[in-house]
Formats: sequence, C-alpha cells, structure tokens
Amino acid sequence: MPLSTSSNFPRPDDAFRAIVEAHRGLTDEQAADFDAALVLILANHIGDIDVLRQALVLAKRRMIDSQQQQQQQQ
Amino acid sequence: MAPANTQKATISRAKIQFGYRRHPDQDRPGQSPAAHPVVVVGAGPVGLSLAIDLAQRGQRVVLLDDADRIGEGSRAICFSKRSLEYWDRLGVADRMVEKGVVWSVGRIFHGEQQLYQFNLLPEAGHKRPAFINLQQYYAEAYLVDRVADLPAIDLRWRNKVTAVEQRNDSALLTIETPEGAYRLQAQYVVACDGARSSLRQMVGAEFAGQVFEDQFLIADVKMTAEFPTERWFWFDPPFHAGRSALLHRQPDDVWRIDLQLHRYADPVVEKKPENVRPRIARMLGHDKFEFEWISLYKFQCRRMDRFIHGRVIFAGDSAHQVSPFGARGANSGLEDAENLSWKLDRVLRGASPASLLDSYHVERSLAADENIRESTRSTDFMAPNSHQEARLRQAVLSLAKETEFGKRMVNGGRLSVPCSYDSPLSSPDTDGWRGGPSPGCSMLDAPVATRGGEQAYLTDAFRKGGTDFTVLSFGSGVAIDAPDGVKAIRIGGEGGLADPQGLVAKRYDAEPDTAYLLRPDGYVAARFRHPTRAGVAAALSRAAGLN
Repeated sequence: MPLSTSSNFPRPDDAFRAIVEAHRGLTDEQAADFDAALVLILANHIGDIDVLRQALVLAKRRMIDSQQQQQQQQ
Repeated sequence: MAPANTQKATISRAKIQFGYRRHPDQDRPGQSPAAHPVVVVGAGPVGLSLAIDLAQRGQRVVLLDDADRIGEGSRAICFSKRSLEYWDRLGVADRMVEKGVVWSVGRIFHGEQQLYQFNLLPEAGHKRPAFINLQQYYAEAYLVDRVADLPAIDLRWRNKVTAVEQRNDSALLTIETPEGAYRLQAQYVVACDGARSSLRQMVGAEFAGQVFEDQFLIADVKMTAEFPTERWFWFDPPFHAGRSALLHRQPDDVWRIDLQLHRYADPVVEKKPENVRPRIARMLGHDKFEFEWISLYKFQCRRMDRFIHGRVIFAGDSAHQVSPFGARGANSGLEDAENLSWKLDRVLRGASPASLLDSYHVERSLAADENIRESTRSTDFMAPNSHQEARLRQAVLSLAKETEFGKRMVNGGRLSVPCSYDSPLSSPDTDGWRGGPSPGCSMLDAPVATRGGEQAYLTDAFRKGGTDFTVLSFGSGVAIDAPDGVKAIRIGGEGGLADPQGLVAKRYDAEPDTAYLLRPDGYVAARFRHPTRAGVAAALSRAAGLN
C-alpha cells in the first residue's frame, strides 16, 4: 500500500490544532518524549511496515530539503 | 587411533585437565606429512559436535585443540531446543537435559513492575524443551566423553595450528606441540577456534562489524535461592538504577547475572569482587553467595564475509560473533556444525560435488545476518545510542504497561530459533499449503507411537533412520518408492507410525499422500501433496547439490 499524502481529514485544521494543543505547556524535553510515544502509537495503528518506511523517507527528505534551502539562502 | 581418546572426563568443578600425547603423525618426515580427510581445529562445543557428527557418518576426523583443559567460566549457558535435537542425534542430549535446568518462561520487568511474561514453548508434544541452561564446561565434558566412544575421532590436546598453506586440493597445517612442530595435510580444515580465531588471521580474512560501547558485567554466583527457573530481565531495576539486569538459573545452584555498566566504567575497577559484591547483594537482597566467575564484556556483532576460504571452512564464533542476549552464539555455532557435517561427508565420499559446500556459506551466512540483526537490535534497545533513542525506548516501556503493542516492542533479547533458509537446495512449493514447515525450514517435532504402542517422537524416528535424506509421508495410500539411499518415515497406513494425538498431521498440514523430503540436518528440502518418484528424485538431486 502506498503512503497516502492526499488530505484525509475532512477538517485538517482540527487535527493540526489537536496536536498543537497537546504540546502546549510542555518543555522541549517533555514534547520530545510526548512525540516519541505518539509516533509509536500511530505507527502501530498503521501496522504496515512499507507505509511506515515511506513516511520515514518523506519526513527525512523534508529535513534535507529544508537544510539545503537554508544553505542556499546563506 | 589416538590414545588420548581413552581418557574419560569426569567433572567435579569447573575444569577438566587432559593430557598431551604424542601421535605417530609427529614422527613423519617434514616433506611427507600424514594426510587426513578432515581436520577440525578447536574442541569447543562446535568443533566437538562437528567431529562427532562426521564420525557417525563414517568419516575419520582429527580434532586439534591448543589447550589441554575444558574452558574456565560458564560462558555459553542457554542451549536451544534445536541444539538439543541435534545433540540427540549425536547421542549426548539425554545427559545434557538431565544435568541442565529446563526452562521456557521469561519475564520482563520495568522498575519493580512486571511488564509481561512469555513462554517459548507453550504447546506440549515435543521431545525437547525450549531451552536448557547448562554451563558450557558440562556440555564440553559430555561431548568429550562421546568422542571417546568414537574411534574415528583422533582428539589431540595441546596441538596448536601455527600456519596454514592452501594447496589445490588440500591444506597443509603446521602444528606446534610441547614436543615441537609437525605438519598435517588435510583435504578440508574446519576452523572452530572461536571469536579470536587464529585460522581466520592465517587466511587473512576480515572480521568486520560493530562494537558496542556499553559494558556488561557477567557474574556466575553460587547460592541457594527461591527464584523460579525462569529468565528474568529488568529495565531500570530498583537495585541497578537506569540500567538493565538479567538473572538466570544454572545447575549446581549457580546463577548467571548480567549487569549493564556505564559506558565509561573502568573495567579493572568494576571487575574487582569487592565492587561487584555490593551490586549483586542489592539485586538479591542478601550477600550469602560466592563468586564462581566474573567477567566484563563489550559486545561485538561481526562476521566474516565468506565462511569458506579455499580448503578452510569456518564455523561458530570464528565465522560470526553476536552479543549474548538471545542465546545465539553457541546455538548458531551448533547449527553451523549440523549444516556443514552432512555436506562435507557427502563431498568427501564423492556423493556430491564440492560445490555443495557453497550452500553452507549461503545458508549459514543468512543465519549469521539474522542473528546479528536480532542481537544488535536487543543490544541497542538495552543501551540506547542517543538521547532520542533513549526517549523512544522510554516511550515503549511506558506504553507497554497498558498496551499489547508496547509489550511486544520491548526488546529484552529475542531468543534463538532456527533460521529459515532461502536456499538453492530447496525446491519451492508448487502445491497449496495452509501450514507446516516450508522448504528451507527446520522439521517440527511431534509425538508418534510405534506399532507396538510405544510412545516416541518424530525426531526419534528421524534419528533412528540414520539422519540421512528422509521421506516423511502420510496417509493410507501406497507409499512411493523412495530413491536409493533415502530413508522413509511413514505416518499412518499399514506398517506406519501412529499419530496418536493427530499432532504430526496438524504440524505438517498433512492430507492423505502428503510427503516431505527432509535433508540429513532435518531441514525441509521439498514437500508434495501427491509425490511422484520423479518429483522426489528431482528434489533430492537439487538438495544434494547435484544439479
């Protein structure tokens, strides 16, 4: 199954907001801990190693792209 | 034969001493050394088992060891069901199991709380248990005793290989003894000389992989204790904050304790009994114990690129090394011996071409990769490499308290199971199967009964058949004629073994006429819903490397 990157939430703002609010009041350290658990819970829910790997690739590529942009701007 | 073989090992404590004996081979002039079909280097569990297996197949074996005693310390302690089934065929498993501590349950704790428990053999109907714990020196002593029963094995203590010269059709070994050096010519040399293999250095092979920075203290302590016979593993225990610990029972009231230490702990300081004692006293809640053995380790996971170098074949730790959480060291070495011996025997007899040996490298390097992958993951889970890895692990441990998926992600060691080979020797399935061991998988045990009503196991029937290629067939129809030299085990039908609990049929997904072709190491080579003589012969030919 390919990773779905089309918009799946009828109201995407609600989803983003829910995640943001869950991090409110957390230190960076606490937020990182929270995110670690969240990633594991969601990964298990997906339950498909191929989809998970595609998601990891996308998340990492985005980091590389944004680093390159920063370097070009400098 | 070697007179040294007549020494029987009797064990009281840790060490057994054997004597060096001069062999007539040492009197040969240097330019015409004695020639032998196979020389095994290293009389540890792997070398001893391999020598016994080859001898039982009718080969003459010279077995060399540079020491003259059985190793100190417990070292390997967990021997798997698969290893016991192999040792059954070598005639030593009863003694091992009788002495060993049988276990199948493990518990994982986080702090004071139990996260979960697992049972490695939750079903009945197997001759051998999931695991026994047995000090390596007992295993070696029993194997040495078995060697003494086999005149075809010539075991030479204090014979240290110092050079190997590869020839076209043999290898020439130079061997140092207390009375000077001599040379031996061997068609094949099998190096079972451990993680620091000198043979490996002599052939100039790399031993690449990963070294883990964290240190682990391993202590065997003697005490009388009420802990159950289970494997207990702690993350962040109250007695050893922030690290991991393992407690495991061995025979003779000896307990194996592994404690993870700080990455930068000073090994000399940490190993001193006066520093080890308080740690263990905190763990046990008392200090009424004696030390049998203390050792400090940094774990390594590495392997040779190729297990065969000309006429020298590597088996066990000399070929691959893993961290110990998972009982994958000695057990995988024994699987190497089991995999290699029938192939080497066939090649030496001229029954198969030398290329059959390539499948040893293919199959066992797959297994080594799997063992390295599993033990690397366990070690990384116990000793995270970064803050974020530690955070992810913490998240898993905390999720494990209330979720099933969290429990299953907790990695306190994944214990050794036989590898499934994606092998050139296997004939792929062409029929439909809902279960049962597929080609490349190890045979499964199950209870059977003889015509006289005697209870036995399928592994017994396989062993009694002579552990050669075997057709295991089911049903009431007429059994097919097995090709020449192939043994037959028949379940059901006239003259067949009974399947009193229906477990053989269940475990092999059998219907009337179903047949499995088993290799001499008990792996499935092919299986058929409706076997034909030609079909079995083709699969046999492939499994014997004749194609």
